[in-house]
Amino acid sequence: MLTVWAILIDGFIYASWLFLVAAGLTVIYGVMRILNMAHGSLYALGAYASASALGWYYAGGGDQLLVAFAIIAASAVLIGALTGLIIERGLLRLMYGRDEVLMLIVTFAVLLILQDAVKLIWGTTPYSAYQPYVAMGRINIDVLTVSGYDLMVLGVSIVIGFGLWFWLERTKVGKILRSIIHDREVSEAMGVNVRRMFTITFMIGATLGAIAGGITAPIISVVPGLGIEVIVMAFAVVVTGGLGSITGAAVGAIIVGLARAASIHTMPELELFIIYAVMAGVLIFRPHGLFGQVIARKI
Amino acid sequence: MILEKSEIPLIGAAVAIALASLVVPSWLVFTTTLAISTALVVMGVVMLMRAGLVSFGQGLFYCLGGYAVGLGGRYLGITDALLLVGLGVVVTVGLAMVLGLLVTRYREIFFAMLSLAFSMILYGVLVKSHNLGSTDGFGVVDWTILGFTPGSGESSTRIALLLALVLALGFALFLNRYFKSSLGLACEAIRENEVRVEYMGVSRKQVLYINYVIAAAVGSVGGSMTALAAGHVDPTMAYWTISGEFVFIAILGGTGHIAAPFLAAIIFTLVRTYAVELAPNAWQMILGIVLLLIILFLPKGIWSLFTRKKGVAS
Repeated sequence: MLTVWAILIDGFIYASWLFLVAAGLTVIYGVMRILNMAHGSLYALGAYASASALGWYYAGGGDQLLVAFAIIAASAVLIGALTGLIIERGLLRLMYGRDEVLMLIVTFAVLLILQDAVKLIWGTTPYSAYQPYVAMGRINIDVLTVSGYDLMVLGVSIVIGFGLWFWLERTKVGKILRSIIHDREVSEAMGVNVRRMFTITFMIGATLGAIAGGITAPIISVVPGLGIEVIVMAFAVVVTGGLGSITGAAVGAIIVGLARAASIHTMPELELFIIYAVMAGVLIFRPHGLFGQVIARKI
Repeated sequence: MILEKSEIPLIGAAVAIALASLVVPSWLVFTTTLAISTALVVMGVVMLMRAGLVSFGQGLFYCLGGYAVGLGGRYLGITDALLLVGLGVVVTVGLAMVLGLLVTRYREIFFAMLSLAFSMILYGVLVKSHNLGSTDGFGVVDWTILGFTPGSGESSTRIALLLALVLALGFALFLNRYFKSSLGLACEAIRENEVRVEYMGVSRKQVLYINYVIAAAVGSVGGSMTALAAGHVDPTMAYWTISGEFVFIAILGGTGHIAAPFLAAIIFTLVRTYAVELAPNAWQMILGIVLLLIILFLPKGIWSLFTRKKGVAS
């Protein structure tokens, strides 16, 4: 019974982290039909920016937890939105209308470039900003202890999930975006500035990636190459749930999160294997993921 | 078998490289062997690209070929290089025949991501196999060829190159004909419009399946040759960034000619050899920028530089 509780708690905490990482990816794909491989680099940029900003704050003698969170949020949003703007305006704009697969390769090139850009800016020595994680302490649930920071990640993830849902389903911009998803040409004919919407979407998607990185920074040691590992995990989650669907990303994250937690607590040697096995298993039976839409083939 | 006109330059190039290998320093021989092995894998990526599929997981077969050589020598006591390469092909074709049933149902990014997932599964399994050295991998036993022992050091490096050349030439000649065969042409037709291919009475599933299995076999040979030349295998062979490099080389060369992957792989390997020394932290950035430039300005790869000139002259 204890193992079941441990699996549930660990699984949901891990799922909330996975959702944070995957949300930006699925938003961008849903609207723009671009599977953004550079998402992992945005995660890394967010992590580095937050870690170095936090390092500067704590080195200056600061110890306010709320200020630390404000710093994480501000630095992640700033670097995410800015990089997103540069990538969309400077590069992707030149490529619209090309194959989805070609866009995949283009974003792979961006990933390669950004990865070295991170190394050139921050060097190869690891950064750590553990102070907020330690300051949040640990909470006892029966005999299990859970880190307060992990619970906060869970909260942030739920807030971001509902925020995205509200944005897409209940606001004017969201409605316009849904019309673009449904039929890009007709929305353009109706006077929608699709290009501007694309810029906004990409910036938001990129910012979500950077926020995920920023929030994770205090938990991990920020080292080069961390974006590469994250991106494949995020892919597995969104493909399992169905590309382009927020609900899909959430469900995919929960399935993958629970599967991984179950494997860690019962068969630790299968940990890495299980994530992709879940993805492959879902795709065998639902080729477009759990919540994906089937697109009619052209004749 | 009568040689076609287009096959003579291929044989000529192979003979030229073989002759040159007798005089150039051994590090260059080694680098060329790696480049040719890489080109073999890239030929598989190109085969899939001609059918409109981009694989971000060809490292799966590359790794399988490499590990077949390593494990065959270690546990089965096979030392003959040709047998080891053959073992890799048998294992890979067996796996590809199962996976092919599944992945050929998918297109575009779904094909890309699913193939990536399968190669990452192999990576995950190998990393957790501690008796196979986990992330460090393990060394390949000293190999022999047709009863002859090349020993270690320089002579084995040169013989590895000759073996790689012979295998690569064989596959290049085969694929050169394959691309012009009805099966090879059907792949291109599927890329353009697969529904109409079905209307013509060709089974797209069958065509893609056969194409996938052959591409896997070529990838395995590339992996086996890398293992024989480098004398070491490790799980990164299945990591998805390695597959990304294969895609990069395929795009660099283009799908226009069977020699394009070789040219691209040699350029790639040589540039990397220097770039890793001169600018270790900017190497991937250079790769990324070159990739973007090629997509923007040379969408058919560097091989189109040669064909374009011809077009202007005529």
